[in-house]
Amino acid sequence: MVVETLFPNGWLHYLIGGLLIGTGTVVIYLSTGITAGASTFLESTLSYVSDQSRFQQYRFRATRDWRVVFTLGIVLGGAIYGLTLGEFGWTTDVQWWRLLAGGVLVGIGTRVGKGCTSGHGVCGVGSLSETSLLNVATFVGIAIGTAQIVAALGVSP
Amino acid sequence: MSERDGRHPLFMPAILVGGVVFGFGLGLSEMYQPEVVLRFLQLTDFGLLLVMGGASVVAGTAFAVMSATGGSAPLTGKQFGKRVKSMDKNVVLGGGIFGVGWGVSGICPGAAYASLGVGNVTILYAIAGMFVGAYVQGYVRSSSSATQATEEPA
Repeated sequence: MVVETLFPNGWLHYLIGGLLIGTGTVVIYLSTGITAGASTFLESTLSYVSDQSRFQQYRFRATRDWRVVFTLGIVLGGAIYGLTLGEFGWTTDVQWWRLLAGGVLVGIGTRVGKGCTSGHGVCGVGSLSETSLLNVATFVGIAIGTAQIVAALGVSP
Repeated sequence: MSERDGRHPLFMPAILVGGVVFGFGLGLSEMYQPEVVLRFLQLTDFGLLLVMGGASVVAGTAFAVMSATGGSAPLTGKQFGKRVKSMDKNVVLGGGIFGVGWGVSGICPGAAYASLGVGNVTILYAIAGMFVGAYVQGYVRSSSSATQATEEPA
């Protein structure tokens, strides 16, 4: 009863999916020692096309090639899911301006805050890093408030 | 390490395999659907807690165990450690800006890449937005550090 209230669409796929996300992180960690996050790809990839000093730092240039490979792997993993267990070609109904505006803020926020849901939320929380726990508590709290306001304004989907 | 020289031949394959498993997990957990993330943020489906909790326990266990061994990674020689980022006011500021963006759109970087793989071309709006945001942030920081450099007394 409680389970159905909290997880009206089932719970097992969430848990197994989460364990696989963690497993992907561990594959990279055990072989390379790298605790990878998905958002640094944005800055490191911009180093290919922008000569701004921010993007030309060694830590972005030195990691930009494997970050491209990591991201292509994520895209490929999504495609394999879509073609096997999922629904390949599924598209979101969330309006384009929400995706674009939200994306800009996500791009700024993850870079200012040094990480995202994978870097801070998975690797940082797993490390019990105070920095990451504070960052995650902040973005989850603010996001819940924002989503409530957006819904209250009648924006849907 | 230079950009390509000296890397173990299995370095890139390991990164790729890790990325594929990571992306498949984002598919199975439905985090690639902004709708599912938004249902969590509207407090009608708490699945995201299982996803982030499950992922961080698996990752955190590996980090803790391997760090305790004091060993180093076979493909890089990098010593096993945990993810530690420095604490400053940007951690909260950035988290707040990210939170507004996540609440508006239901998307985050890794999930957006996986969503593209599932065939959700509409997510390109979000990915384009993320690059614009990261560029704006980098442009501002490049300018402000250049300003600081010129303003420093001789």
